[in-house]
Amino acid sequence: MSKFMRQLLPFGSLTLIICILAALKPDTFLTMENFMNVLRRSSVNGIIAIGMTSIIISAGIDLSVGSMLALCGMAGAYTMIAVGGSDPQGGAVVVGTVLGVVVGIICGFVNGVLITKLKLQPFIVTLGTMSAFRGISYVMNSGQPYNVPSYKYLGEGVMLGIPVSVVIFVIIIAMAGFLLRYSRLGRYTYAIGSNREAAFHAGVNVDRNLIYIYTFTGLLVGIAAMIATSRTVSAQPTAGIALELDIIAAVVIGGASLAGGRGTITGTIIGALLISVLRNGCTLLGISTHIQLIVIGMIIILAVAVDQLAQTKTRELQA
Amino acid sequence: MSTSVQSDRSDTGVALRMTGISKSFGPVQALSDVSFTVREGTVHALVGENGAGKSTLVKILAGVYRPDKGSIQIHEKPYTFDKPEQALAVGVSMIYQDLDLAEHLTAAENVFLGNEPAGILPFTVDHKAMVERTAELAGSFNFDIDPAAVVSQLFTGDCQVVAIIKALARNASIIVMDEPTSSLSETEVARLFEVVRRLRKKGISIIYISHRLEEIIGLADDVTVLRDGKVVHSESVTKLDIAQIIRYMVGRELTEFFPARDVKPGDVRVRVNNLSSDSRIRDVSFDIRSGEIVGMAGLVGAGRTEVARAIFGVDKKASGSIVLDNAELSINSPADAISCGIALLTEDRKRTGLCLGLACSWNVTIASLGLLGMKRIINPAKENKIAADVGAQLSIKWLGPQAPVDSLSGGNQQKLLIARWLLAKSKFMIFDEPTRGIDVGAKKEVYSLLNRLAEQGKAILFISSELPELFGITDRILVMRRGRLVGNLKTGDTTQEEVMHLAAVEVS
Repeated sequence: MSKFMRQLLPFGSLTLIICILAALKPDTFLTMENFMNVLRRSSVNGIIAIGMTSIIISAGIDLSVGSMLALCGMAGAYTMIAVGGSDPQGGAVVVGTVLGVVVGIICGFVNGVLITKLKLQPFIVTLGTMSAFRGISYVMNSGQPYNVPSYKYLGEGVMLGIPVSVVIFVIIIAMAGFLLRYSRLGRYTYAIGSNREAAFHAGVNVDRNLIYIYTFTGLLVGIAAMIATSRTVSAQPTAGIALELDIIAAVVIGGASLAGGRGTITGTIIGALLISVLRNGCTLLGISTHIQLIVIGMIIILAVAVDQLAQTKTRELQA
Repeated sequence: MSTSVQSDRSDTGVALRMTGISKSFGPVQALSDVSFTVREGTVHALVGENGAGKSTLVKILAGVYRPDKGSIQIHEKPYTFDKPEQALAVGVSMIYQDLDLAEHLTAAENVFLGNEPAGILPFTVDHKAMVERTAELAGSFNFDIDPAAVVSQLFTGDCQVVAIIKALARNASIIVMDEPTSSLSETEVARLFEVVRRLRKKGISIIYISHRLEEIIGLADDVTVLRDGKVVHSESVTKLDIAQIIRYMVGRELTEFFPARDVKPGDVRVRVNNLSSDSRIRDVSFDIRSGEIVGMAGLVGAGRTEVARAIFGVDKKASGSIVLDNAELSINSPADAISCGIALLTEDRKRTGLCLGLACSWNVTIASLGLLGMKRIINPAKENKIAADVGAQLSIKWLGPQAPVDSLSGGNQQKLLIARWLLAKSKFMIFDEPTRGIDVGAKKEVYSLLNRLAEQGKAILFISSELPELFGITDRILVMRRGRLVGNLKTGDTTQEEVMHLAAVEVS
């Protein structure tokens, strides 16, 4: 019951914001086009937030996702150009896309191995790799972007009337939701986050599972990176600066606990949509991006405060 | 009469007089009508089995708990304490087993923690004065300690001296020491005794809690024995010997509390050979037959839990082997141990047992998802049914398998963990203090459960600090002392006194 209520809270706020915006700007906000636009914009952040959710449930954190996004995009675009020349098409694009995703997998794996084998805090390790990944992205083309003018499918393509990036987003939501809820890996993720020592004593291979979780997040960042690259038809070494904060915000607004053991994919998606809709609404209402930052900051604090209040209340009821 | 010091002190004043102290926690009567008097400038030993009420008594003295009834007089003046600060202010200092020192600060900083001398500028601390006064205090008692040393770099024995100086800096006249020697080496113990004797000479009273009875005979002036929350004896140490103290401690009849045992142990199932680990256990060997419940006794810090951890793959084995059903096992992690059919119910339910925020069913199945046919993908309906079935089998009281674990009582949480190992189909089950912190009814259920498991032919190792329960349900009792196995006794042929003697008395 209380679990349901906690899910309801961010969902309720999302609905409320949509209603307010719909009332204020019915002709621009309440259109299919704008709706798809919001979803498309959410897809990159949303896909990464799904990975971050699993990490935060395991009581970890990954600060390197923004830099990783830049690195994957750069590596993918570089490969496209190396294989297919200055305006890569067809096969070269496919190879580049796959390689970008593989780089994400490798980055996530490196994070996981460093955290478990060196027994370092995830915060420290990913703070380090955040800097290192960013550095590599700059070094690759001396700080310049790679332009891939024909790489449009992931960013702008449409499948059955729905943007391709949104289709990918939905498929990943379904898969990750299933894995977290029904797979043994998902179950162990909750157990490790709830009480790592207890999980270890119950026979969970904590290190191996953590490496899986960070690698999985790397994979998702790789996919998101290729979508982002395609959207701007170029890979920027400056892509995703401070992105990790937006991602963590979405996860936390969605009800996950930084202490671990708690969080859902549904919550995170609602959190990510909440931020996107707010941004979109503010833009439509002509509110400056500067003010948007203030609003989002307050929402984060408010969401967590209300969630905490709800938790103490339910605990009092149980006692 | 045996020492001249003793008779000189017979006319000294009374430092502490606790009268008619009663305290209950919910339905549990921890102390009833306890009176306890400590003379000035003496070492007063407080002994008793686990759960006898020693900690509760000294925590009342230190202002941690409020007594339900009774009064406290310090140097003949009555006091009531609501907070530990108030007890500290009138000269009562506690030195807990884990010492409560800030590890990264220096000795001097610890001594004046929360009580720092002010520097010249506002909000600053006069470091020089701190170091000087620490050195001065240490010097006046002849303690050899460097005030500038960082605590984490000191030996445990030195840390204890720091804790004592900290007490002295607050003008303590009564110092409570809780199991001060449990983590000390022999030489450090000797040094600590010297320190305690110097304190006594300066007129400070020491309340000394220890399980090690030979220490008490050598050090204390008076001894008070607690049993089941009551004072059973209080006398000058010179009039007692170890055997008498043990008799006072355990002198309780075994009631009909323990279920009848009717299992004929079969063949040897488990053989532990020459087990040593990095964490202080040396050369431990024993075997357990199928259907046999073997108890393990020993004092806190004797290495019982470490034996369990080494077998279960939590701690690295330095040497030795474990044989189960005639096959030698290679175990490097709990996961290995579980797949070999070993279970460990850990001593600390909250820290190493339960994932508290998660559902009961999740906690029950976590160790056996593969065995239950859910190797990769979990079937929640099936999982729920399995959890509900095993819950019913152990009559766990819950709102259902989906209820969060923290909504269960301690006893039901413990049964939940036992259920976990039932599902894992373990053949060799280690129970480390399974009845700690659960109520009497739940204890009884745990005992019958152990019996049922033995009837199914499992080999059971039962670690406990409570002698009555060891005698109530085991076939054999192993005794540990300082990391070694010092006794392997048939339960029917031994006595609580003999076990206590083996566990507590150093044979040289």
